Amino acid sequence: MLGKIDQYLSFNETALSLRAQRQELLASNIANADTPNYKARDIDFGSALQNALAGKTGNAANLNTTAQNHIGRGKPSGDLLANGTPVMYRGDVQGNVDGNTVDMDVERNQFAYNALRYEAGITMINHQIKGLLAAIQGQ
Amino acid sequence: MSLFNIFNVSGSAMSAQAQRLNTVASNLANADSATSPTGEAYRAKAVVFEAVPQQSGATAVRVREVVEDPSPLKQVYDPKHPMADDKGYVSMPNVNVVDEMVNMLSASRSYQTNVETMNAAKTMLLKTLTLGQ
Repeated sequence: MLGKIDQYLSFNETALSLRAQRQELLASNIANADTPNYKARDIDFGSALQNALAGKTGNAANLNTTAQNHIGRGKPSGDLLANGTPVMYRGDVQGNVDGNTVDMDVERNQFAYNALRYEAGITMINHQIKGLLAAIQGQ
Repeated sequence: MSLFNIFNVSGSAMSAQAQRLNTVASNLANADSATSPTGEAYRAKAVVFEAVPQQSGATAVRVREVVEDPSPLKQVYDPKHPMADDKGYVSMPNVNVVDEMVNMLSASRSYQTNVETMNAAKTMLLKTLTLGQ
């Protein structure tokens, strides 16, 4: 029975944990908005969630670059999150003179979006718990 | 728990930006200091930020060093000044007030953004505490 409850909640739990880790990365980007040569980093949430649910560590999705001077958008940074999700560099649209690739508009946008999705995830779990409680009490 | 790390990351950025604001204040305050303990005119100072990777995968920030602006000091002709050389020129600080104002705005905006980041993390954590209620 406990296993079933675990299973019942595991999707949202995995999603929340990934959201929290992504939030941390986005906070790092915002914190380092003025650090020379800092490269903005992020994860591909969709594939990360699929991989986490399937219980495997993911491969970084990559665009093909057919020439040496193509800008590799979303190149893997070689770092992994705790659950094996590859952390990727954000493709920069407007380069900065000091080599920093943090675009504050993008980061704040994603930060707010991610926070909202996190809270949505909490609401989902709350409803699941309410459903379970209703089932237990049978009233 | 990752969300708690946001406090460390944003906190490090806030103290780094505060230090940057501190150098701006010092530069503006000393924009006319013709002499200093070294005997030379004051030189503009700037902070160098450095990214500090954390164990959790996040990246904090710290001030690696405070550097002095090596550009030449302003030469002002004022023969009555006690620090004037034999040609009547006084070396004045190489502080560019416009640069400093821009730096000040940038630092205070970055500081505000990090405060907001921290607030968002706080809201998320508080929301997490209401789970199952």
